[in-house]
Amino acid sequence: MQGTSKGLAAMKLNERSLAFYATCDAPVDNAGFLHKRGGRGAGSHRRWFVLRGNMLFYFESEASREPLGVILLEGCTVELVDAREEFAFAVHFAGGRSRPYVLAADSQEALEGWVKALSRASFHYLRLVVRELEQQLAAMREGSPANALPVHPSPVSNPRPKENGRAVWSALPEEPTAAPKRPPLPPRRRASAPNGPLVSFAQLHERYGLEVQALRSQWRGGQADLAGLEVWHPSSSGGTHTQDQP
Amino acid sequence: MRYNEKELQALSRQPAEMAAELGMRGPKKGSVAKRRLVKLVVNFLFYFRPDEAEPLGALLLERCRVAQEQPGGFSISFLEDLSRKYHFECCSQEQCQEWMDALRRASYEYMRRSLIFYRNEIRKMTGKDPLEQFGISEEARFQLNSLPRDGKTCVGSQLDLLD
Repeated sequence: MQGTSKGLAAMKLNERSLAFYATCDAPVDNAGFLHKRGGRGAGSHRRWFVLRGNMLFYFESEASREPLGVILLEGCTVELVDAREEFAFAVHFAGGRSRPYVLAADSQEALEGWVKALSRASFHYLRLVVRELEQQLAAMREGSPANALPVHPSPVSNPRPKENGRAVWSALPEEPTAAPKRPPLPPRRRASAPNGPLVSFAQLHERYGLEVQALRSQWRGGQADLAGLEVWHPSSSGGTHTQDQP
Repeated sequence: MRYNEKELQALSRQPAEMAAELGMRGPKKGSVAKRRLVKLVVNFLFYFRPDEAEPLGALLLERCRVAQEQPGGFSISFLEDLSRKYHFECCSQEQCQEWMDALRRASYEYMRRSLIFYRNEIRKMTGKDPLEQFGISEEARFQLNSLPRDGKTCVGSQLDLLD
């Protein structure tokens, strides 16, 4: 998994720190045994998996002090697969760069827990939620939404072109003047916005290439009730994945 | 440790929160500062030779400490061995401060704490859980008791930086 086809040295990574992060007292987002298929049809091994943030570590056993490996989950989609293993799912990456990771849980419950946890594991997703809460809080602190400014002129007047079609949010206006409820931006927003203030989820979505298929598969499971989200065009070029409902 | 290098490389090509050419020196004794294109993408810091498309390496920014070194310079080190420092040289103290602020907020763990903080603030003000609209209010990773108990994290004080 580490070799490159160009014959150059593999990319350096602070593996010791990674191993430390894998075993330290940071919150574990999910953990358990999964069967993992080896490379090139080499059968599968039962490994101890630990999800922490956007990194999925796997160990030879629960007591191992160092991980065998890690799967960076940023940009992945997770879906059920019809495989020879029971309770199987796959972690895919767009663009066909790597083969998908096929994993199998021990039970239906464990399977669902993993698919849910992995689908929501990306940093992009977490940041989206944090920004939404940040805006809600700022709006509340400044008074009721009715008193909010109808439009934030500078960001809206320079919308980024939408490469991927329309994203239909119920809260998003089509014309700037129809945005009565958009809260004003919080005063401090610096470090995480390279091009200035962010104004809308559609732009956030485009800019960071959130893997919406994963979210969509979770929403289809009846989890969320976000109006208007039925129609969403993925920004990645990797095509759409459909999920089979169990 | 094995890892999906291709995905890490792809991540390095995504839009960055911060990117600049800085002087960079590794933690090994006797290492020399070199010009590197340094790029912050989610919780990774990538570094490239200035004219190359593929990154030389990446640093996962979890459990790290970002510290001011000499004026205009900062270091990143990791909790398992804080003496091993990656040094960075900026062109000004302003740039240095901007980078330090960004790097301190770049971890998944910091984001998680922010979410928990905002969630609680909104809950206090409205009596409602803002995560319910996303269908994630029961997620273990967003609960208050999911914060580490090492005494270093206090939801309130550490997040004074946010406002």
